[in-house]
Amino acid sequence: MINVIREPLIFEISSPGKTAFKVPVLDVPEKKELLAGLPLRADIEGFPEVSETEITRHFTRLSQTNYCVDLGIYPLGSCTMKYNPKINEKVASLPGFTQAHPLAPEELVQGNLELMKTLEKLLLEITGMDAITLQPAAGAHGELTGMMLIRAYHQAQGNPRKYVLIPDSAHGTNPSSAHLCGYTVKEIKSNERGTVSVDDLAREMNEEVAALMLTNPNTLGVFESDICQIAELVHSKGGFLYMDGANLNALAGITRPGDLKVDVMHLNLHKTFSTPHGGGGPGSGPVAVKKILEPFLPVPVIEEIGGTYYLNYDRPQTIGRVRSFYGQFLVALKALAYILSLGPEGIKEMAETAVLNSNYIRKNLEGLYELKYDTPTLHECVFSDKYQREYGVTNLDISKRLLDYGLHPPTMSFPLIVHGALMIEPTETESRRDLDLFIEAMKAIAREAKENPDLLRTAPHITYVRRLDEVQAARNPILRWEK
Amino acid sequence: MSYIPISQEDRQEMLALLGLNSVEELFSSIPEENRLRNLLNLPSAKSEPELLSYFEDRSKKNTFDQYVSFLGGGAYDHFIPAVVDYLSSRGEFVSPYTPYQPEVSQGTLQVIFEYQTLICQLTGLEIANASLYDGATGAAEAVLMANRVKDKKRILVASTVNPQYRQVIYTYGKNLGLEIVELPYNQSGQVEIRGLQAALNEGTAVLLCQSPNYFGVIEDIKALAEIVHERGAMLTVAISEPLSLGLLEAPGKLGADIVTGEGQSFGLPLSYGGPYLGFMACKKEFVRQLPGRIVGQTVDAEGRRGFVLTLSTREQHIRREKATSNICTNEGHCALRATIYLETLGRKGLRKMAWLNAQKAAYACEQLTSIPGVRARFGGPVFNEFVLEFPRSWEEINRKLKDRGILGGLGLKEFPGLDQCALITVTEKHSREKIDLYVRALQEVLR
Repeated sequence: MINVIREPLIFEISSPGKTAFKVPVLDVPEKKELLAGLPLRADIEGFPEVSETEITRHFTRLSQTNYCVDLGIYPLGSCTMKYNPKINEKVASLPGFTQAHPLAPEELVQGNLELMKTLEKLLLEITGMDAITLQPAAGAHGELTGMMLIRAYHQAQGNPRKYVLIPDSAHGTNPSSAHLCGYTVKEIKSNERGTVSVDDLAREMNEEVAALMLTNPNTLGVFESDICQIAELVHSKGGFLYMDGANLNALAGITRPGDLKVDVMHLNLHKTFSTPHGGGGPGSGPVAVKKILEPFLPVPVIEEIGGTYYLNYDRPQTIGRVRSFYGQFLVALKALAYILSLGPEGIKEMAETAVLNSNYIRKNLEGLYELKYDTPTLHECVFSDKYQREYGVTNLDISKRLLDYGLHPPTMSFPLIVHGALMIEPTETESRRDLDLFIEAMKAIAREAKENPDLLRTAPHITYVRRLDEVQAARNPILRWEK
Repeated sequence: MSYIPISQEDRQEMLALLGLNSVEELFSSIPEENRLRNLLNLPSAKSEPELLSYFEDRSKKNTFDQYVSFLGGGAYDHFIPAVVDYLSSRGEFVSPYTPYQPEVSQGTLQVIFEYQTLICQLTGLEIANASLYDGATGAAEAVLMANRVKDKKRILVASTVNPQYRQVIYTYGKNLGLEIVELPYNQSGQVEIRGLQAALNEGTAVLLCQSPNYFGVIEDIKALAEIVHERGAMLTVAISEPLSLGLLEAPGKLGADIVTGEGQSFGLPLSYGGPYLGFMACKKEFVRQLPGRIVGQTVDAEGRRGFVLTLSTREQHIRREKATSNICTNEGHCALRATIYLETLGRKGLRKMAWLNAQKAAYACEQLTSIPGVRARFGGPVFNEFVLEFPRSWEEINRKLKDRGILGGLGLKEFPGLDQCALITVTEKHSREKIDLYVRALQEVLR
């Protein structure tokens, strides 16, 4: 590897008079007095002045300090960091799509509407649901939208209800989304298998509960096998079953949430359907529902009459808009390209291989790392640092040491029911060689934890920067460059 | 084109290691009766060439490119320098996730730190977050933030704010018991001061206005700030055309407490509405209530500068239901594009680009209003959008302009009394020739 050059902030390499862009000459008569009398700015103080070479080197050098899926395994549990097919990027960059104004007359964007409608239909087939909106911009936005649909339904019956039940293994966005929709969250304890206990749920379920939010498979990678019973219980009190579809990669082509009596769910196109994570977005979080919730979907809804597509805003019971325009259109195109390139066999093979790869890692690391729940898992497995803590080594140290091996660590921040969690989701796009690299590194680290725990506590050693002081960052926040 | 690098042989060996005979056994935790017996009813797999032609065919069904467009209203057609596409396409920027492991994500983190700095410089405020979904959700988040800061439920929203932004504010606000009041506008197309004064009371958390507003008119932010601050409320300015900040005084310098908006103008293609980029900046004192991720500077074990995600105790993964927002995945890659765009145009370029927009819009407005029966509807100053009033209904004129290859603007019939009006947007991409084409077409239509 080329030794990476330390790159300053752009503001620190700026010098007066440089520019990377020649602004076109004005081709209409200039009015010098235009906007006179308004508070105008003489200058954008602090804004950089650099040449195009410097811009290119700046971002190229910065890029080389990033780990990414194109480089190797990125086994962040619940994030489904699979390979991003390159044809999808090409498809989404066709000028016929990128240059379309969102308020162009519908008859001039029939191609766009047809593609969105097609994606909707395919996602409904995959999930077994009845209706869908592509508007939500990310998974958490989808959760919020789903909660809003539920609330609108209950409101229409005269009582929006008070509570949303959420298992303690849930991702943090679940309680946050429910709260943002005006609900009080009640936590449901997981049982010894790491799943929802039907008896506990029965105790908490009543007619003030609007919904249960369930991730399936859950964040331990365990399938909630009582899901149909759970749904019936929730339904018996007039509540809805919301499914967080973050882990759909384990189920697509194997089973369908709609057939499991789920009423509403979101999908993460940037997880299951391979669209790139972009260093933290854009994502896309379509929400699929059963018939009963369809009238409440955000506007507009895409409809078709005799091969002509249009946007329907005339939906009296709609919750309204949750975002401008129609969602993350280019992301939707990439997801559609992915589904069309896989086909029905490919989708099934995707889920099967994701589960196979995860179990392969689990089997190889069992015994070296603690498995708090030994329940069978699907697409991800959650170990803990219990054995390593004996030597004063935590999941953070293990993760940082993995960086020295040139690999990305697993998720550590949840599930909260596993202390010191190492949540591993390899996805189906890892080769045996890459899986083995990860396994061998984890084995070596387990050895190092015993023999030389300091090596882990001071890791990483060979990265672009060493371990960063997060406490200082929060205590004395420096959130922008200043001269 | 195959994305699964596990061969049949690998599969058999891996199953053997697991002590299984078939892949089906991996799914034994899913009750038999819940498992699909057949393949999904999806189109059969396409090869790469087939896939490309499929999408090319659909893109050709889009025929908007045969028209000269003057559409804006929240989405703007600006030139994108080649370096933006080139650099942002690097796999090291496209294929990582949120920088949870800062030691191997310094590229992403430093870019966001630079982005936060640029947003602060543009808005004249002290801190900015790492991005939100878009301008509309940014406006909604700003309203919720003001509600938390002030612990008051009355929210004043100018009716000159982009209608989609107002709809999203309403969708978010109605479940939280917020009282959302829309304020009238005056003949200048600005917030009517008397209406504002009448609506302000002790329970008011915030006034949210847009500048330039949906009519393209620049609001008197200083005056609005003084009025709302006197009553103990906050001022939030939403911006849908942030290129205006190259020319107009930073709202933070004029008294705005929160500035939020849509960053699409900064290097993001129109893309039929998304992905776009919500930005948000505020005064330092409100940092604990700011939604979304924030990057901060720190040092590593050897004392070298580095960047990390920080102040995460505001966020859902720590605070769960008590978080300032439920946002997790944001618009990181869009923020990267905006950063490259802004640094490429730079200090002088952004200003010149903004000036070009304002001049061309002024020219277009002058030429169009020289046609008998056509007049500027509002008296207030504008940047690159303006509202014209026509002698007949816009619907009819629009249709006839379209027959002549012009998408002449956005109708405003959702505003009472403005059905003979349209919002017209002009950017640096409109040559004089294109503007003159519009003028001639309108002359014919009105003849």
